[in-house]
Amino acid sequence: MTLWLTLLGMALVTYGLRASFLLLPPGIETPALVRRALRYVPAAVLTAIWAPELVFAPGMEQLAAGVVAIAVAWRWRLTFVTILAGLASLHLFHWLL
Amino acid sequence: MLLGVVAFGVIAGVAMVASGIPPLAAMLMSLLVFAGASMVASAQLLSSGTPALLVILTTIFINLRFMMYSASLRMHFQHEPLRWRLLFGYLIADNVYGLTLMRAANHPAPREFFLGAGVAVWAAWQIAVAAGILIGAGVPASWRLEFAAPLAFIAMSIPMLRDRAMVAAAVVAALTVIAAHALPLKLSIAAAALAGIAAGMLAEKLER
Repeated sequence: MTLWLTLLGMALVTYGLRASFLLLPPGIETPALVRRALRYVPAAVLTAIWAPELVFAPGMEQLAAGVVAIAVAWRWRLTFVTILAGLASLHLFHWLL
Repeated sequence: MLLGVVAFGVIAGVAMVASGIPPLAAMLMSLLVFAGASMVASAQLLSSGTPALLVILTTIFINLRFMMYSASLRMHFQHEPLRWRLLFGYLIADNVYGLTLMRAANHPAPREFFLGAGVAVWAAWQIAVAAGILIGAGVPASWRLEFAAPLAFIAMSIPMLRDRAMVAAAVVAALTVIAAHALPLKLSIAAAALAGIAAGMLAEKLER
């Protein structure tokens, strides 16, 4: 029961965030300060999700594979290639270390 | 582009089932919430018995970026009828937003474009998640597919670092989330988000 209520809550807040500014009546300006602050949300939040997964992993291979994935993402900017490179290096470092 | 969506969708499906929530709940979450990063994170939290309110709070912080997309897309869609804006709100996703902005740079009315990209990404995503849930149980743990989730977030966040302020936001967020790791129940993500935003705005101000 709690699980379903949690799902519903997640759905409501997520839709609320998505629709928020689109549903304001036309003519209302988004405050410049809010726009400036929101610009940094995706980079900050996404980084905060993956950083602990590398740093607090039980072995060193996650961190090493993560560094490879970061380099690949920086150079080629391709999701699929980044994931493949990261997984391949994880297994490689596991074997090496 | 759809290849990335499909890859992440399959991974999200696998990761959700691997963390122990029922397959039906995972699929329903995908249809209702339709936001991969928060789905993977909350599946982990749910399976470790985190209180519902904290799962929802974490969801808010992870999905706060959609509010930024919403504010930005408002410029293009504020004069559309309400029923369209209600639908557009549901379809906002990281890559749909990115594509729409690129398109809007040289085309004035991206409504049909947004709708086309949004529906294509939505359908590809749902099918991919369903596939991920189905194969989730069948993949041996030795493949370490759960590591694909942080890799997908790396693939999404690194290409965003195009200027110094953005790099400052990401670096400070990473340092904060590591320093605040001892905080209970992923509150470190909220702390990192706020610190990252502050760092980005400060760096932007210093550069001028």
